[in-house]
Amino acid sequence: MVIFFNYSVSEILQMKLYEYMGFELIEKIRKKEIKIEEIINSCFNRINEVESKLHSFVKLNREDALKQAKLFDSFLGKKKKLGRLSGLPLANKDLICIKDFPTTCCSKILESYIPPYNATVISKLIDRENAVHVGNTNMDEFAMGGTTENSCYGPTHNPWDLERVPGGSSGGSASAIASGQAIFALGSDTGGSIRCPASYCGVVGLKPTYGRVSRYGLIAFANSLDQIGPITKCVYDCALLLEIISGKDNYDSTSVNVQVDNYTEEIKKSIQEKVIGIPKEFFSEGIDNVVKKEVMKSIDKLEELGARTTEVTIPHLEYAIATYYLICMSEVSSNLARYDGLRYGKTSQNQEGDIYDVFSRTRSDGFGREVKRRIILGTYALSAGYYDMYYIKALKVRALMKEDFQKAFDQCDILASPTMPSIAFKIGEKIDDPLKMYMDDILTCPINLAGLPAISIPCGFNNENLPIGIQFIGNYFEEKVILNIAYKLEQELNIFRKMATIK
Amino acid sequence: MENTIKDVIIGLEIHIQLTYLKTKLFCSCDSNYRNSLPNTHNCPICLGLPGTLPVINKEAVEFATRLALALNSKINSSTYFFRKNYFYCDLPKGFQISQYNKAGGRAFADGGQVTISLNNHKKEILLNRIHLEEDPARLVHKGSIATSPYTLIDYNRSGISLIEIVTEPVIQSPEEAREFLKRLKSIVQYTGISDLDLEGSVRVDANISIKGHERSEVKNINSFKEVERALRHEIIRQKNFLKRGKKLFQETRHWDDKRKVTLSLRTKEFEADYRYFPEQDLVPMEINSEFIQKVKESLPEMPKERTIRLIRQYVLSEFDAENLVLDKNIADFYEVGVNSDPTFGPNEYKQYCNWLMNDISGWLNEKNMTILQTKLQPKIVAELVTNIKEGNITTKIAKSFINDMMKGKSLVQIIKDKGKKRISDQKLLKNLALEVIEENSKIVEDCKRNLKAVEALIGKVMAKTHGQADPGITRRLMTKLLKEKRFIN
Repeated sequence: MVIFFNYSVSEILQMKLYEYMGFELIEKIRKKEIKIEEIINSCFNRINEVESKLHSFVKLNREDALKQAKLFDSFLGKKKKLGRLSGLPLANKDLICIKDFPTTCCSKILESYIPPYNATVISKLIDRENAVHVGNTNMDEFAMGGTTENSCYGPTHNPWDLERVPGGSSGGSASAIASGQAIFALGSDTGGSIRCPASYCGVVGLKPTYGRVSRYGLIAFANSLDQIGPITKCVYDCALLLEIISGKDNYDSTSVNVQVDNYTEEIKKSIQEKVIGIPKEFFSEGIDNVVKKEVMKSIDKLEELGARTTEVTIPHLEYAIATYYLICMSEVSSNLARYDGLRYGKTSQNQEGDIYDVFSRTRSDGFGREVKRRIILGTYALSAGYYDMYYIKALKVRALMKEDFQKAFDQCDILASPTMPSIAFKIGEKIDDPLKMYMDDILTCPINLAGLPAISIPCGFNNENLPIGIQFIGNYFEEKVILNIAYKLEQELNIFRKMATIK
Repeated sequence: MENTIKDVIIGLEIHIQLTYLKTKLFCSCDSNYRNSLPNTHNCPICLGLPGTLPVINKEAVEFATRLALALNSKINSSTYFFRKNYFYCDLPKGFQISQYNKAGGRAFADGGQVTISLNNHKKEILLNRIHLEEDPARLVHKGSIATSPYTLIDYNRSGISLIEIVTEPVIQSPEEAREFLKRLKSIVQYTGISDLDLEGSVRVDANISIKGHERSEVKNINSFKEVERALRHEIIRQKNFLKRGKKLFQETRHWDDKRKVTLSLRTKEFEADYRYFPEQDLVPMEINSEFIQKVKESLPEMPKERTIRLIRQYVLSEFDAENLVLDKNIADFYEVGVNSDPTFGPNEYKQYCNWLMNDISGWLNEKNMTILQTKLQPKIVAELVTNIKEGNITTKIAKSFINDMMKGKSLVQIIKDKGKKRISDQKLLKNLALEVIEENSKIVEDCKRNLKAVEALIGKVMAKTHGQADPGITRRLMTKLLKEKRFIN
């Protein structure tokens, strides 16, 4: 493992533990240079410093995390083997269930909800590989949004500029990683919810192939599009997390039994002769010039490293937003039907009338505006007489988009594009214009429609020192290819250690 | 009603719980919830907790395949589940995972039929489709649903596997419906997928219309026995409505099984829009011909085929054979019984059938038991038939043995206990006959005018012997004595 390649001794001495990459800390723990407890303390000290400015977390797990750290420290050198994540701090998005820890989807309707079971990814990361859960992160309510402003707990701030959104919906996870409040984080991505905040916050975020990672325990937003994925400081950490959470799960019928590659090894391979497709529609008018410029510069770098490029086309991209929103809203209307206040969550205090009156009041009070908007539109789209016109039509376009991507992958190994059309914008800037907000998903949501894997890594900064993300899209279950290219670019650009100065 | 019934059209939707499955349809909770405390057979999945996902129970698919094969339905090689969306307190996810044959979906199996016999007339009741779906939770009310001060929810039933069988609208009378359900119950029993005698294992919805008028759908008929009654009531209601010159409109009605009436729930414009759409948390069910073949081979002989074989093998009438096969356990009992004695021939086959279908079935009905719940052994009935044939006991005495036989007593023991062997001692019987003639001068007088009075005198002899007198000998003696005394010619 290559460590500390660009630091002088004095720099290393000044580095705080929370500033290190995950794989570096694992190495230090293995060599007994530091204790897990020190790392956890370092992260909580950092949380004390910056959390009040960022609001990345909605619930911290401080006491338990320290207890866990001590326990894991005691494993070292004993018979009991310490898992691969070696007690490193993990931030969890507030919609992945952790047994006995409040999980609310940042919605009033789940205010008091405590899951009685662990999501499959949580069992793998915590129970098997011994990550330490430091807290649950902020997000748009039920993951509906691209800014983390739609949270019942209020917005999260971008570490690079506190006035700006961190992106969303996994904005809390991305800002926690970018600010060193945790080393690893989980997000979920339905139309860009991992990649968008990764891009805005200058961190690495990967949405796996649909079926690569078990969704058991992920509270559904749009179940044919949702995937859990890692948000990390660097590509190596991302590969490590993905390696752990991937694989067939008997509790998720849609998880697929395809071999999980050794991603942490695969990333180091040469990218000589790899063909990068440039989908021209992903560089169209709506994309900021500075974003396009930085992304193209990165692609040039990859060419210098031996990759070749070719132009490809995704002709149905113009229908992606409409298709995506029809499908996701339809699924939302059904997935969120269970929140009636009868069994768990918040129930309306006013119990007058029949059950439909009580259900209606509970849902009117409990859901936020964006969630209600999507439930209503989705209910409409699935209604008798409209179903064929909207939902079925959307499924047909979805099939066409899949074909577009398959044709593109006949000509190349991966696709490269900007992740987001712009850099992070100001909090409140688009909150009253949902359509404008939806348009920001144009480069990410088609990937979910097709079910493909994609990664976003930082590729540069604009003149205000705000990060810009590049997206690599792979063919089905080819996470190793996008991680490989992303890793090589990351090493070449060497900006991944740059952290935001939180003012 | 019979003569005006041709204008009635009935279609049935029958929901059957797969009670013989070990686990629920989409989780591994114990399926056998009866006699358990409420809300003890639950997990995050069947409670519909956020983040949970369904996983199909493979055995449930096999059970559905068994039934589809038994009903001659065509199994679709690839089907998927749909969500049926509606809000109700029995539905923890806000939707039921079911199947749908529209909107791009296909039924688990299409078509099929059940043959019924009614008034010596055969008819095929055609089926439209078979679906696999999950049961909602059970709601418990105090008294009637309308007046109960509370609703209690028992999620033990939530996620139990159901099969829905939908008939074509080809049933023309409540009697046909009854016959159809009788045959269907029999077929379900043969497939071994469900015990339909368990409470709550069956629910029926019926679509009923008078030709040329709007239909109504009657829901909540909670047993096969209630169906005929609900249909009769609804047909009369609709006819009376029309008689009074009113127009029927499409509506959903509720069968109130306490008051035995149907009540309007909602009219067409208030019908729920279930917004069916594909359940993407489950992958399509692929059913290949190999699997179907394997299931086919595991199925026992079905009632229809068994009837034909019984007619041939035991020289039974069609009527007898059809009744015999209806309950698989009775038919199995019969075949073991008649084959336990190699000397049995057509006569004994018939006698055995009569005993089984009349006295023994009568006893079971009265006690509301099945043959397997008794200790009766097939061989005992064979011995009974043999003893009657050999003249050791009379039919009348044999009938009085039934109760003891059902409790598992051997025939030898019963005969010993009751001492009920036939009395054929001529001297003894003659003396008894003379006694009777002496004691009943009035009846003896009657014999001059009415020969039936002789029967009464024979009966008196039987009574004196507690039924043990040989009826043939007694009759001969009595007639002879009366002739001698010139009371009859």
